[in-house]
Amino acid sequence: MRADTSVRTSPLAAWTDRLADLAPALTAAERPFLTQLTVRASDPVAVARMGEALGVAFPADPCTATRGGGPFGAVEVLWLGPDEYLVVAEPDRRVPVEDALRAALRPARGAVVDTSAQRTTIALSGPHARDVLAHGCAIDLHPSAAPAGTCVQTLVARAGAVLRVDDAESGAFTLLVRSSFAEYLAAWLSDACVEYRAALS
Amino acid sequence: MQLIPCPWCGPREEAEFHYGGQAHVAYPEDPRALTDQEWARFVFFRDNPCGPFAERWSHSAGCRRWFNAVRDTRTYELLSVYRVGEPMPEVSERDEVVS
Ligand SMILES: [Zn+2]
Repeated sequence: MRADTSVRTSPLAAWTDRLADLAPALTAAERPFLTQLTVRASDPVAVARMGEALGVAFPADPCTATRGGGPFGAVEVLWLGPDEYLVVAEPDRRVPVEDALRAALRPARGAVVDTSAQRTTIALSGPHARDVLAHGCAIDLHPSAAPAGTCVQTLVARAGAVLRVDDAESGAFTLLVRSSFAEYLAAWLSDACVEYRAALS
Repeated sequence: MQLIPCPWCGPREEAEFHYGGQAHVAYPEDPRALTDQEWARFVFFRDNPCGPFAERWSHSAGCRRWFNAVRDTRTYELLSVYRVGEPMPEVSERDEVVS
């Protein structure tokens, strides 16, 4: 017998049903296999050129993200550090996006590295999304403190994560978590939801 | 828990940070000229003041950048944070930066 190695399995493939069961307190679903490229560049001209190539300007402010569309479809750019960004695109766009970023970066110094397998993505929303996150995350997620577009690297239940605010008013968030921590975080989310599920049922 | 103001990310929980010892300890200009005793002094000897102390911190769970902070060793209050390469600011002992 031969193992079939051509089938991709996402870190939370086994959690699909359990995450879906958290609704209506929390709508949680993995968005697997997104294209993710880590960009290191400090030259502002090169950073602007890369934004033009993707059709979305790179975030100018710390702890924010931008999104837009262009030749590669929907693209998001997350601020990770003063000279570090994460470009997120739909699955299977790695090669053209990486080529475009490399071409736009030259001749400035920097790096474009495929980190698609490093993190998986969990989309969170629902009436108690903020309450559930507050059990394990110290970031103030009230819309007045964290409007849409806020994007922070922080700890969620002691696990390193990138947390992006998609819709501040309704409380929609995206969590990017290391693949090796994904099941732990899914288990923690399920546990943190218990009291809200009881109140809603 | 104490909030530490990262120069890029703003105030964050202390658990997101990693302590890196005394700041402004310059690497020897001519390492080969150092005696064992001078190496030992460079590697192991640090100031231990009672009051403001310049330290290195890393925002390890956030932007993962190193920065410097002046902390009052008696109260743990952070008096100032500044980026690597910037000179140590003048601090008065009552200038607490964390709200
Ligand atoms: Zn930071």
